[in-house]
Amino acid sequence: MITIEVNGRPIPAEKGEMLLTALRRAGIKVPTLCHIDGLNATGACRMCVVEVEGQRGLTPSCAFPVADGMKVHTHSPRAVTARKTIVELLLANHPDDCLYCNRNGNCRLQYLAEELGVRQRRFAGDRTRHHIDASSPSIVRDPGKCILCGKCVRVCEEVQRVAAIDFIGRGSKTKIGTAFDEGLNVSSCVNCGQCIAVCPTGALSEQSQVKEVLDALNDPNKIVVVQHAPAVSVTLGEEFGMAPGADVIGVMTAALRRLGFDRVFDTGFTADLTIMEEGSELVHRLTNGGRLPMLTSCSPGWIKFVETQYPDFIDNLSTCKSPQQMMGAITKTYFAEREGLNPTRIYSVSIMPCTAKKFEAGRPEMGRDGLADVDAVLTTRELASLIRMAGLNLRDLPPDTADTPFGERTTAGKLFGASGGVMEAAIRTAHYLVTGRELGDLKVESVRGFDGVKEARVQVGDLNLGVAVASGLGNASRLLDQIRAGRSDLHFIEVMTCPGGCIGGGGQPIGANADAVRARMQKLYAIDADESVRVSHHNEAVQRLYAEFLGAPLGEKSHHLLHTHYAERGVVS
Amino acid sequence: MTAAIMKLPELLSWVVNDEPVEPAVARQRQQRLAELRREQVLRPTIFVGAGTCGLGAGAKETLAAIHKHLDEHEIKADVIMVGCIGLCSLEPIVEVQLPGHARVCYKQVTGDKVAGLLDRALAGQCPDELVLGQHRNDAIEPWADVPFLDEHPFFAPQTRWVLANCGIIDPSQIDEYIARGGYKAAVEMLRKTTPETVCDIVEKSGLRGRGGGGFPTGKKWKFARASAGDQKYLICNADEGDPGAFMDRAVIESDPHRLVEGMVIAAYGMGATKAYVYIRAEYPLAIKRLKAAIAQAEAYGLLGDNILGSDFGLHVVIKMGAGAFVCGEETALIHSIEGRRGMPRPRPPFPAVSGLFGKPTIINNVETLANLPTVLAFGADRFAALGTKTSKGTKVFALSGKVSRTGLVEVAMGTPVRKIVFDIGGGIPNGKAYKAVQIGGPSGGCIPSQHLDIDVDYESLKTVGAIMGSGGLVVMDEDTCMVDVAKFFMDFIQRESCGKCIPCREGTRRMLEILQRITQGRKKERGTDALERFKSVLHLQSLAETIRDTSLCGLGQTAPNPVLSTLRWFRDEYESHIYERKCPAAVCAELVTYSIDADKCRGCTVCAKKCPAGAIVGAAKSPHHIVVEKCIGCGACIDACRFDAVVKE
Amino acid sequence: MAKNDLDAVLERYPNASRDALIPILQDVQQELGYLSRDSVVRIGEHLNLPASKIYGVATFYNQFRFQPQGRNHIQVCRGTACHVKGSAAILDAVKRELRIEPGQTTRDGQFSLEVVACIGACGLAPVICVNGEFHAGVTTKTVGKIIDSYRRKGSPNDGSDHETT
Repeated sequence: MITIEVNGRPIPAEKGEMLLTALRRAGIKVPTLCHIDGLNATGACRMCVVEVEGQRGLTPSCAFPVADGMKVHTHSPRAVTARKTIVELLLANHPDDCLYCNRNGNCRLQYLAEELGVRQRRFAGDRTRHHIDASSPSIVRDPGKCILCGKCVRVCEEVQRVAAIDFIGRGSKTKIGTAFDEGLNVSSCVNCGQCIAVCPTGALSEQSQVKEVLDALNDPNKIVVVQHAPAVSVTLGEEFGMAPGADVIGVMTAALRRLGFDRVFDTGFTADLTIMEEGSELVHRLTNGGRLPMLTSCSPGWIKFVETQYPDFIDNLSTCKSPQQMMGAITKTYFAEREGLNPTRIYSVSIMPCTAKKFEAGRPEMGRDGLADVDAVLTTRELASLIRMAGLNLRDLPPDTADTPFGERTTAGKLFGASGGVMEAAIRTAHYLVTGRELGDLKVESVRGFDGVKEARVQVGDLNLGVAVASGLGNASRLLDQIRAGRSDLHFIEVMTCPGGCIGGGGQPIGANADAVRARMQKLYAIDADESVRVSHHNEAVQRLYAEFLGAPLGEKSHHLLHTHYAERGVVS
Repeated sequence: MTAAIMKLPELLSWVVNDEPVEPAVARQRQQRLAELRREQVLRPTIFVGAGTCGLGAGAKETLAAIHKHLDEHEIKADVIMVGCIGLCSLEPIVEVQLPGHARVCYKQVTGDKVAGLLDRALAGQCPDELVLGQHRNDAIEPWADVPFLDEHPFFAPQTRWVLANCGIIDPSQIDEYIARGGYKAAVEMLRKTTPETVCDIVEKSGLRGRGGGGFPTGKKWKFARASAGDQKYLICNADEGDPGAFMDRAVIESDPHRLVEGMVIAAYGMGATKAYVYIRAEYPLAIKRLKAAIAQAEAYGLLGDNILGSDFGLHVVIKMGAGAFVCGEETALIHSIEGRRGMPRPRPPFPAVSGLFGKPTIINNVETLANLPTVLAFGADRFAALGTKTSKGTKVFALSGKVSRTGLVEVAMGTPVRKIVFDIGGGIPNGKAYKAVQIGGPSGGCIPSQHLDIDVDYESLKTVGAIMGSGGLVVMDEDTCMVDVAKFFMDFIQRESCGKCIPCREGTRRMLEILQRITQGRKKERGTDALERFKSVLHLQSLAETIRDTSLCGLGQTAPNPVLSTLRWFRDEYESHIYERKCPAAVCAELVTYSIDADKCRGCTVCAKKCPAGAIVGAAKSPHHIVVEKCIGCGACIDACRFDAVVKE
Repeated sequence: MAKNDLDAVLERYPNASRDALIPILQDVQQELGYLSRDSVVRIGEHLNLPASKIYGVATFYNQFRFQPQGRNHIQVCRGTACHVKGSAAILDAVKRELRIEPGQTTRDGQFSLEVVACIGACGLAPVICVNGEFHAGVTTKTVGKIIDSYRRKGSPNDGSDHETT
């Protein structure tokens, strides 16, 4: 530990760390626009400049290592003026349409303009004109609002190893775009939306389906059915000022009803169903010499990633549809039959922590007879805006419970929201399927937590399984590279596209840091610890579904409704 | 290591004079070396300056005419293409040397003048109207009545260390370089001097980076030496991006082995085994010459593994730049070599600690490296004896613009700028008045007449808001508008900004716009534009300061310099543009009014036909008139008029 | 045909890593005259680099083009010395003569125009460079003649390198 002097007071710092880290630890607020925790500083935005005695110009605190005894002034007139000028320069090339912007009230640029007291337009001049790219089913890019901080580029390349976008051009003509500056839809983008999560402005947002959903809700002929993913109830509260990790499942269900949804289902139900199918598939592959390691298929960004960049692993992917699509499929079949409804009258909406789910719902194989299983996908953020639009206050609503037949879930299904959750649920059920006995301790510690890659050896009856859990496609691709290079000790791998799993999804509330994601994860573990039904094969509603409709896992009906196939895609088509 | 294990190419061993030999053999060798130095020629020899400047001025036609003349008259003579002697404005330059006579330099020998020149020169005459001077040659009786080249006002004030061989030797022949003492310093270094000592010598010599920053070279190497790592890199920065600078190109074209030797010395000193030369793709001739030189040096064992049998090895790779000014910045250059966008990164870590591919890397510019053979040959003390307290040795400048003699100039540090512009450059042509000289390119500043006596010195130049820079020296006269110059540089900088950091990307663009508004005519102004024009001027200075204070790299930090510098010395010109809406130098097209002098106009109608705006009216054979409201200020009428009747003010 | 040229270039860089990217782009442009979409994708496969990264690099540097250039390629130097000696007017004159903007090619494919930051022949300012041939001390009056001389020739003299042109 060393000591540096900041604004006249000593603060402790660790040798070798960057000044910004020490400042933040001491609670000194220095704004940033391009900084991403855990990645090397690029020093692009210059918002974090401070005065360091002995340095000629201002010093970017994100990229300057601390030195014992250094004297720093974080809010000297010179530093504050510089920051303000930088914001003014950004505003000079900004569309100024905050009132119409999807990030109104939740924009770093807007916030900093306010914080620094920008009250007049000092610099007027040409603004770079751009086309909005709305070609993707998941993500809309408005380069006019882009401040070129580069966070999206770095997340896409360094965290996700997708590298669908990069800087194009140079100087004031620089923009961010895909190869050949084409639409995101024809690029290698996997629709994960991590770029949206890090974007400080409204340059990146989800392709909104709020209007379609409102239209359906207002259509008296539609039966509007909604499902919500396990990770939504532990994040939605943040949109309403609650602490990260607050579980709002009851009031969220109530809000959905008040919004006019005719049925509220829990995707946790089909998560349990997925475990029945996928667990059975794994056991089948293990006992019948199928392609191993089996890779999970719940995460649609991951699926597209394999299809574009690792097509040699397509046969390793579980053929199970994701819980969202299973729910869509049984809603328009079993549920429709049960209720005596023509499936065409059903409008199926899902609330997802994810932007890639929008893409998944639109995949042509995800439906039958020209009817999509899921008609619209809303992100957690879009649901929050719907709730606000309806004048509902989450704090005032009496909690409510989900509807039958798909409202019941076990905690295993709920765990799907965190990285490692699918694995944990699958191990619990696979153990039962193979041995006929429950796993002794249901908690599988080795696949829990925030690490990018978690590995374990698991004893299931006579089988000693090698399992791995990866979240973040960069981590997943490193794992696949090892397997390509000959690694053969793994039998089952869970992959979640987003770091931390769905709780860190691209459709989640903006502005979450690593601590917030950890808090969400802890809540899911707490739910698992508190409730009593903790294994998917004990979901009675799922058992009923098999008894009344599907037959057995991997059966004929399951094959048609709950399983799918994948195909190689060109990276740049 | 000892001399015994040191295998030298034959010629080099003569120069280094390893073992005592019979006097007759020694004489023979000296004679061969003298031949290579062309102290004597056996038959008429014609040298043609065929650097890029010479070729641009027509050396290709000259060369063709020479061959044609020799063929037609069946004259046996050697024709040798040399590099650039440095006097661009008098290119094409041809030199003729007859057996037993000194070499005579002729100016402006375009193709049409070749026959006349050769007729007389080969007959033993030196045509006065073309003669520039004769080379000094102690071995030979000089020409009577022909001035010496080193007494020519362009050359007399110069101290040519780096340029010593330029335009003199055949750059494609390593032997000619060796015969003039080349590679001797490197050989002796490898034999006798430890790398640490080399660093000490270079540090003690006071050599500072010639690329702009002026960081002490020896000190920089020591950082790299001190950094851990088995692989270290040397990068020669030959991405001469400053508009107005061409010293590096000329050195590589005219004397490539000096650079190669410099790289051997630098790599040995800092501990690199691989060197990259990052050179502009716009310099095809320099690339070609350098490639050839590297191949020759390899063939002689001066590059490659175990150089001359020592345990030091160096491999040199040429990387062509792809056109980005910002790649002159060290970290951007490194990214470019790595195959990335040339965007700078924050320092620390400095390249000397973590550079190319994450390894310790030293980046030196061409002129710095080309100084090293001299530093080692002279020793630290003799090198440091020339110059000022903090700036040692010489500096090469590319003198251009509104000056009578343009070209490459090498002067001792401490030489007054006035001497360069007026003595060497011959002052301002056409009786015009000096206004300023821009030094240091877009990142530099201008020197007004009241500071012309300032010395060429890293520190003193800073006192007037300029920098040494890489060596561009562009002279401006009374017809140059300093607001326009500032606008030119801002336009350059904002186009060349990498776009990474906000102050440079957005700020330079706004600064340019402010200058554009100042120089824009009223006609285009709408609504509150005039108010915006005034308002923006108020913010010019504060904007400049923020860009300087907060930008990521040197390009951004110095980006406002052209504005700050012109604003400091030529505030009155800004005021004329802003308040009077006039460009005193009549350069800013929209602030210039064109009219036709009725007395001079013959009514030939050519101007009216050429006017793209249809702004010129008048009947044939009677004086024409320009409709000011329609005029776009393009100046096409002035170009078209054969009677000088168009007046601009 | 283009494919073979491209293959030939890529074969010169076996097992190449990212630092070979710019040299490959330079060679490909030398062969094809520009960077085609297909070539960028192929280079990406060769170097195992995403196409977006290659496009990002190629658009950063002035040298790279994504459209074929004219049979005669005119570069107007806009360096400091040339500027002081009136290169802005030279550029305007060239634009007027060819009726194109920098970066464009005439409709008949005869001429393309490029502005270069500094061509390094400041002593001869103002300078334009056509197909690698320098023209020194250009004036607005001589621009037309220079362009005409190439118009008559129609296409550049092939195969000659820069030293002898």
